[in-house]
Amino acid sequence: MDSSVPGSVLPNQLRNSGGDCVCLRETNYFYQNFQLKTILTAQQVSLTCKRLAHQVLENHPGLDNTVIIGLQPRGIFFSNRIVDVLRQLTGQGVTYGQLDITFYRDDVRKSLHIANTTNIPFGIENKKVILVDDVLYTGRTIRAALDALLDFGRPAGVSLCVLIDRRFSRELPIQPDYTGKVIDTIVSQRVKVAWTENEGSDEVILLDN
Amino acid sequence: MKLSAKHLLGIKHLTPGDIQLILSTAAQFKEVLQRPVKKVPSLRDITIVNLFYENSTRTRISFELAEKRLSADVLNFTASASSAAKGETLLDTVNNILSMKVDMVVMRHSASGAPHFLAQHIPAAIINAGDGINEHPTQALLDAFSMQEKFGKLEGLKVAIIGDIMHSRVALSNMYLLRKMGAEVTVVGPPTLIPPYLAEALDVRVEYNLVRALKWCDVANVLRIQLERQNQPLFSSLREYNLAYGIKQSTLQRLDKEIVIMHPGPINRGVELDSDVADGPHSIILQQVENGVAVRMAALYLLAGREVEG
Repeated sequence: MDSSVPGSVLPNQLRNSGGDCVCLRETNYFYQNFQLKTILTAQQVSLTCKRLAHQVLENHPGLDNTVIIGLQPRGIFFSNRIVDVLRQLTGQGVTYGQLDITFYRDDVRKSLHIANTTNIPFGIENKKVILVDDVLYTGRTIRAALDALLDFGRPAGVSLCVLIDRRFSRELPIQPDYTGKVIDTIVSQRVKVAWTENEGSDEVILLDN
Repeated sequence: MKLSAKHLLGIKHLTPGDIQLILSTAAQFKEVLQRPVKKVPSLRDITIVNLFYENSTRTRISFELAEKRLSADVLNFTASASSAAKGETLLDTVNNILSMKVDMVVMRHSASGAPHFLAQHIPAAIINAGDGINEHPTQALLDAFSMQEKFGKLEGLKVAIIGDIMHSRVALSNMYLLRKMGAEVTVVGPPTLIPPYLAEALDVRVEYNLVRALKWCDVANVLRIQLERQNQPLFSSLREYNLAYGIKQSTLQRLDKEIVIMHPGPINRGVELDSDVADGPHSIILQQVENGVAVRMAALYLLAGREVEG
């Protein structure tokens, strides 16, 4: 019930958006078993991306020594948008890579995950790295990402930018530096971030069963 | 998604989906091998024994490197320096090793079917690193990976497999794999080195004329004459074999196109392949060896990553 945290919202306070998430309901039968609530609309996602890009620029003026690294697979959609905004704001190129953490996971023997492409065509030695992912939940993905990242060199610093922070669900002591929206959820709920490239529209949805 | 098989005993038992999964995972491991730290912690809690009952350079080093790049613990077993020389049976040897909590077995054996026999008796995952004249699945996978890398696809590719088809496990695994992935295969060699009914059994073409096959193909996969497996004379001499089936620079120059030359190694220079061809610009033999590590990492990763029971 911590309403003092800016941007925080409790599930029961979420409005039921009704027809807003039609695209998911129509395209994927899986989602018909859930109650869907919109957390962020397309317009809000766009505004949030712009805000986060500005916040990154506040701390990394000029982005001279800064690199952006999106996490495969679904963090890439978000990091693409952040990088687009950063390019518009700075009017210059942004050093941008994609990292896949499949081989660094701690649950290889429990379930098999299919690897995605890693593309980091630059050194990260002494750079300020901003890791970008869509949802921060248990923190295990970020733990693996830190391990993977350090195999590419010794960065001057690493910070974390996420669109959604599922607060109180952490299993490791990892916190974001740039947060789109903080939400309080329970384990049985799911958060789905839909992107135009994949699902047809930008939207963040809470799934309740 | 995961492999349909628990073991990698041969390409015969894999589906096209399995093969595609291994090849696409290998591509990601190839990227890992370009990084400053060429090692990932995926198999940190896995112990692998390399059981080699037959000599090997490339395959053994390649497997060991792949295992180490995946952070697995590695045990090496060479038959000549072990209790197998004192008369211990294969199953006893393996059960003794497994009782020390080993998770996976990579095995090469001169008897065809040895890993299949083992698979029926032990719980650990087995990777066949070559069994007699049967199969050598990881070699076929790395050949396919190298071809896919060079041409972008396997489907419709024309591959000539040249040499000792009868005694080559590489040839058999390659034929299974390429046919499953939609490539066309022609086997080339003297009639005495090509098993009868091969064309019907595996849906491949048989050709006895080297130049005609080279004119047809995009890739020539050249095999070694396996004298150690031939207990009767199947052709008159190595020199005569070289005259009829050895690939020379002059042969390649007479073709009106460029073809890619592959060889699983070890090469007998001057027999199946002349030195200027083996070291020439069309040869991807060393790329094959490089890709071998990534492909074996993929196979090990996908087999070790299966769900634990219970």
